[in-house]
Amino acid sequence: MSAVRPVGTLRIPARIRRRGKGDGGYLATAFALAALVAMPFVALVWLALSGSSSNWSHLATTILPEASIVTAQLMLGVALVTGTVGAVTAWLVASFEFPGRRFFSWALVLPLAVPTYIAAYCFVEFLHFAGPVQSAIRAVFGYKSSRDYWFPEIRSLPGAVLILSSVLYPYVYLTVRMVFLMQGRKAAEVARTLGASQAAIFAKILLPLARPAIAVGVTLALMEAVNDIGAVEFLGVRTLTFAIYSTWLNRGDLYGATQIALLMLAVILVLVAVERLARRRQRFTLGRADRPQPGSERLTGGKAALASLACAMPIILGFAIPFLVLGDYAVRRLDQLADPQLWRALRHTVALASITSLATVLAGFMLAYGVRLTGSRRLVLMTRLAVIGYAVPGTVLAIGILIPLAGLDNFVDAHMRAGFDVSTGLVLSGSGFAIVYAGFVRFMAMGHGSLESGFAKVSPHLDMASRTLGRTPGATLLEVLLPLMRPALLTAFLLVFVEASKELSATILLRPFDFETLATFVYAQTSRSAFEDGAVAALLIVLVGILPVAILNRSILAETTRS
Amino acid sequence: MTTMRTAINTAICSIAMLGSSVVSGAALAADVNIYTSRQPDLIQPVLDAFTKETGLSTATIFIDKGLEERIKAEGANSPADLIMTVDIGRLDAAKQAGVVQPVTSDVLENNIPQRFRDGDEEWFALTSRARVVYASRERVDIDAISYKDLADPKWKGRLCTRSGQHQYNIALIAAYIAHHGEDAAREWVAGLRDNLARRPEGGDRDQAKAIYAGECDIALGNTYYVGKMATDEKEPEQKEWAAAIKVIMPTFDNGLTHVNISGVSLASNAPHKDNAIKLMEFLSSDEAQKIYAELNYEYPVEPGIETSELVQSFGELKPDTLGLDEIARHRAKASEIVDEVNYDGGPQS
Repeated sequence: MSAVRPVGTLRIPARIRRRGKGDGGYLATAFALAALVAMPFVALVWLALSGSSSNWSHLATTILPEASIVTAQLMLGVALVTGTVGAVTAWLVASFEFPGRRFFSWALVLPLAVPTYIAAYCFVEFLHFAGPVQSAIRAVFGYKSSRDYWFPEIRSLPGAVLILSSVLYPYVYLTVRMVFLMQGRKAAEVARTLGASQAAIFAKILLPLARPAIAVGVTLALMEAVNDIGAVEFLGVRTLTFAIYSTWLNRGDLYGATQIALLMLAVILVLVAVERLARRRQRFTLGRADRPQPGSERLTGGKAALASLACAMPIILGFAIPFLVLGDYAVRRLDQLADPQLWRALRHTVALASITSLATVLAGFMLAYGVRLTGSRRLVLMTRLAVIGYAVPGTVLAIGILIPLAGLDNFVDAHMRAGFDVSTGLVLSGSGFAIVYAGFVRFMAMGHGSLESGFAKVSPHLDMASRTLGRTPGATLLEVLLPLMRPALLTAFLLVFVEASKELSATILLRPFDFETLATFVYAQTSRSAFEDGAVAALLIVLVGILPVAILNRSILAETTRS
Repeated sequence: MTTMRTAINTAICSIAMLGSSVVSGAALAADVNIYTSRQPDLIQPVLDAFTKETGLSTATIFIDKGLEERIKAEGANSPADLIMTVDIGRLDAAKQAGVVQPVTSDVLENNIPQRFRDGDEEWFALTSRARVVYASRERVDIDAISYKDLADPKWKGRLCTRSGQHQYNIALIAAYIAHHGEDAAREWVAGLRDNLARRPEGGDRDQAKAIYAGECDIALGNTYYVGKMATDEKEPEQKEWAAAIKVIMPTFDNGLTHVNISGVSLASNAPHKDNAIKLMEFLSSDEAQKIYAELNYEYPVEPGIETSELVQSFGELKPDTLGLDEIARHRAKASEIVDEVNYDGGPQS
């Protein structure tokens, strides 16, 4: 069980550990929430077990081995690139002062607003034969045909790693920056006083300190990379998810598809458990409540330029290129702005993203607090299992949501008809509720992940002191923990909001009639090979994502400069 | 805590907004409710014509994956009246999933040739599209080719296609199985693979683009993409791609070309059955056939309807007479063959 040891629990010796008054309610709530998150996952297990697939021997002898290797390579690549880029940029903006730091500190989050498949389209557009880069090369060297010169193929596994990483690294950046801001400075200052170099501080103090956060961020990036179908399909990279869809749609085998999806999930679960096991003895918490603040060692000359460059590169790749490509298409289609459908889609997107992120962060907070308060291992285990659902390909997960929800609707409807002669119809599965629920389930991994690692940074002694001084668990939560958890809460809200505003696969399967979001609007164009016509809506998705990034960052910065 | 308060205020407003849109969304459920895997833009004009003529309103949801599963889960309470899909595979999948019901209608029988209807009257084709060869105008000087020839080593390093697992390629391979048997089909797909200039990727338009860029000389694609590229006013560059290629109608041994369809089915629990059948009949009418096919540069299924000038410029289409149900039956095998020969792995050497 040590693999699932709760992080950030009160860890009071068992003999004096007694549940306090009022703890039971929190535990029950947390269990109920975890069950809610786990339900679609349970439905999928049931689905996988309820039918037998005739495809396994075929799969095992043909694509599965290669798809597994490709998926493993993709995961390794994305983990390395996002981990490195995310951690290094977070370290730079949190520990140093260099030209553009304030700008970079928020702009580094921007690529998050670019959906992976849109990034893939934009990169291919940017780098293909007739795109700006190759055209320039031909103009300079006088080449005529693509056979005259070598150019790296972006539609490849390394290309996919680059593209996915360039929009996924902000998961790592955000979670790690939060840790550095919340606690890194004190430890770093002590080490500095003792004469350690910045490099040594990074390697020996900050990196181990940030490891849980890096793990959380990388896990999120990996889950996103693994459940992606749009980008990998377009790039011709055949991952397991690609095999899942071809098994389901071309061979009419949903059972087999679900079985592969769950198998893939089991592997990810093991990886996550191993990583946790490897650092189970490490625990770092704040000795006291620090105000988050960035470091101020001023870099000059070459070092400063290098730092600026290191921060600018990811933004150029993950944001500027997609933004320019989309912008280029969009300026020729500004007439779309007069389309009331587009504005309705925008309204739906903002509304869905707000509700989903609020619900998810609140629930994630209650879950994490439930664990902290009671240390219930069963709850921890259940939560871990529940949030891993994010790695399931979106459409498959949406089916896991559809089946129980519609089942419940039909059950209630049948009883209402029999008892009261009233038909309630598809109240849940036929309305916006289903989409919000889907987002809640899919993005709990983000909400909960950031909050869990946030809680882990707050010393349990604070809770104990607060409780000893007579505060109830509720008052401790509101008066002590909530203010300390602000960066974590904001990060969680931001992550979920941005994810929810670009959510596609569940929305498309679960929405009511004539209900478009910006993402479905873009997808409808893309699916008939007219990606360009979705450029305006795609830009709006990015803009919707930027707004909260800007607001939340300003508030974090305002807080850091106040102290 | 001001951000918190702002966030909460935003959320409250959003809940109100979403509430209103969901309610209005429910209110939008109309006289005929359509679940479609065909893009809404491509059916809206016909639906508008229907509404104008009959006064009946329509509502759509575009769902491209999991459409059958949704109707199945919704069961008796499903609001879906009609299912409109692209590709014989999806029409057949809906039939196999048991989410559609047969329709007996003289109008449909008269308008749609038997070949384009399900034997059990559970689906009806509305348009057809041919899977053809795009060939470089500059570098390819033939005007006729057979599907079999595409695997000839003389095309080594010159062929481009999208993923073999794409439904359009799956249907073509399934047709090949129906004509020549499984083993010949496997050999053929392996031959295609050996001729590939690059790993299968992108969509059909991207193959035309690759010919334009000189990466390959021939490609497989659907007819309508050529029409779309040739008329793309927003992206004039695509006109150049279209200009770089010519359409050749490849043939099986019988001298006929593989076609796939888009079609319509009546959902098994359709709440507005009569209206839905009215719309189905309307879709098979001269008027609708003309609009519907032209919207996407496709071929009408009703005989005697003239195609657009652009479509005619592709040359005369002689559609394969092979039963569409035959194609549907071999799809799973076709999908397996693609994996077995590792088609999507691209050229071996």
